[in-house]
Amino acid sequence: MVRYLVPLIVFLGVAGFLLKGLELNPREVPSPFIDKPAPNFSLPKLHEPEAQFASKDMLGKVWLLNVWASWCVACRSEHPLLVQLSRANIVPVYGLNYKDEPDDARNWLRELGDAYVSSLIDYEGKVGIDYGVYGVPETFVIDKQGIIRHKVIGPVTPSALDNCVLPLVRKLQQATAQTVVKRTEVEGCA
Amino acid sequence: MSSLKPGIVLLCLFVIAPLALAKEAEYMVADPEMEKTVNEISAELRCLVCQNQTIADSNAPLAVDLKNQVRDMVESGQSQSDIIDYMVERYGDFVRYRPPMKASTMLLWVGPFLLLLIGVVVLVVNLRKRTAVIKNDGDLSAEENERLQRLLAAESSPQVAKRGDLSSQKAGEEKS
Repeated sequence: MVRYLVPLIVFLGVAGFLLKGLELNPREVPSPFIDKPAPNFSLPKLHEPEAQFASKDMLGKVWLLNVWASWCVACRSEHPLLVQLSRANIVPVYGLNYKDEPDDARNWLRELGDAYVSSLIDYEGKVGIDYGVYGVPETFVIDKQGIIRHKVIGPVTPSALDNCVLPLVRKLQQATAQTVVKRTEVEGCA
Repeated sequence: MSSLKPGIVLLCLFVIAPLALAKEAEYMVADPEMEKTVNEISAELRCLVCQNQTIADSNAPLAVDLKNQVRDMVESGQSQSDIIDYMVERYGDFVRYRPPMKASTMLLWVGPFLLLLIGVVVLVVNLRKRTAVIKNDGDLSAEENERLQRLLAAESSPQVAKRGDLSSQKAGEEKS
């Protein structure tokens, strides 16, 4: 009996691992930045290059940082949702224009609508590296203390927005300096 | 003139062509010693776009950026462990081509040896079982012994010899 059971158990074990492997997405590298302070940066604004935006100025507010580029195809598909989000006035969305030509970027926004309070020019991608960006688009949820609470890898989908990002943003907005809200408190973010 | 031609071809192949390559390599590297360090560190870092390559091997834009970042950091005098820590802080352990020993990666490191151990144990147990079986076979009952003798006797009977003749006859037929 054991002679037949052992191979069966080994087979089920291997099959179990392979099945789990099918569900995993190797492209989704968990960000080590979750629950860590967002790196500080200061960058020129896309629409007024003389003016600088400093990430420190956002302390005290919950905000989204969306990494985008005019050469990025997936950004195009995600953008209408971001435009809708910005019209709803729930949370300020800032854009990090990653390794892009500012002229192309401005044209792109003119064509598709501008979802951002402000877009910041990261021409050389240095801030992108600082934030561990390895693909575009990526969206960071940053809390009032300047701590990254969530990162969406790839385009934000309506379901990710409704089930994770927005509930998390609401919780973070209600939080005081003493209460810590982690993304694990929102079911849809798991 | 025609006897000169192979000479010219050989000259081009073995003298001029390598010169051209040497020049290109020289053009790429400003400080060979530093570039060596940069390459060593880059070979430890995974390219996150093309995940089975190191950033030293990859030409993806992100890999090139990260290589530049490594070069900048080497230039400013930071050590290899500083640079790798900087990358791990941003991209997680995944960025390291050789995963670190940690509680969460223990199975990865120990797993192969664990499997080897299981294999050795199974092998030893089976071998012991088998020798035990062989030894037991030596102790036959009287009845079995009698049967064994009968079978051995039958083997040397003329019937078997006849079969041997038949096969040699057949072989002879095939030859002719």
